[in-house]
Amino acid sequence: MAIERDVVGGVLVVRLGGELDHHAVETLRDEIEQSLEETRCRGLVLSFQGIDFMDSSGLGLILGRYRSVSARGGKMALCKVNPNLRKIFELSGIYKIVPVLDDELSALRMVKEA
Amino acid sequence: MEYVGHSVLQKNYMYLSFPSRSENESLARVAVAAFATALDPTLEQLTELKTAVSEAVTNAIIHGYEGQEGEVRLRCAIEGGAVEVVVEDDGVGIADLEQARQPMYTSRPELERSGMGLTIMENFVDALWIDSVPGQGTCVRMRKVIQPDPVSQ
Ligand SMILES: Nc1ncnc2c1ncn2[C@@H]1O[C@H](COP(=O)(O)OP(=O)(O)O)[C@@H](O)[C@H]1O
Ligand SMILES: [Mg+2]
Repeated sequence: MAIERDVVGGVLVVRLGGELDHHAVETLRDEIEQSLEETRCRGLVLSFQGIDFMDSSGLGLILGRYRSVSARGGKMALCKVNPNLRKIFELSGIYKIVPVLDDELSALRMVKEA
Repeated sequence: MEYVGHSVLQKNYMYLSFPSRSENESLARVAVAAFATALDPTLEQLTELKTAVSEAVTNAIIHGYEGQEGEVRLRCAIEGGAVEVVVEDDGVGIADLEQARQPMYTSRPELERSGMGLTIMENFVDALWIDSVPGQGTCVRMRKVIQPDPVSQ
């Protein structure tokens, strides 16, 4: 599981890569939480550009981060969701909870404006 | 002996057993995807099949064996234009199947489960059967049509 972290204008950007299943999510969750602590960022953008497979464990990861970011009074957005993942996103109703944008810039803007 | 492709495909099957370790989740779905390739699935069909298998195997590992060591058994068969997958564990079983099948229901919210696994399976395959005996284990059987049968005359 490849992961790239960046702080852009006070927002933590995490670019995910590989396959987002239960195995990968276990460590990813801790890594993202740790980065949120260290950077003291309140906003979070998750980029799915490098994700070619995701199951409901990925949904758990998204909802879990949404909860922890919201608890800190911050905002969160997702971007670069492959057509491959669209069906699972739609089924989950995640579009109604977390904004999903086309690219990183729009996602950053969304998180900052909010 | 000489076989024509299709008659061989109708009888093809595969068994795989592995310990309930999370790294085997990808092994299981990749194995099923490779097996189903014989039916020439679209990328979308393959993604759906892999996702459904991943859900069933993950459930066996997290819920069935509750993170303890156990054996997960995977069986696949091709029947006509469809692939059948069975995922079986000897874990704790499911006491209330109706509740388990509710979208967003999870017995392990503290593990950040979304409760969408069974809903995803139902939506990504054509038929889903679950047999479970509390204290004995769970057997999930799914069937996905890859190449619909030509309409008979
Ligand atoms: N193989 C299994 N063994 C025992 N319980 C299971 C199994 N599969 C599913 N369950 C039960 O069904 C519930 C719903 O499963 P699912 O929809 O995959 O959601 P999640 O895995 O996110 O909890 C689980 O929380 C669990 O209680
Ligand atoms: Mg599940």
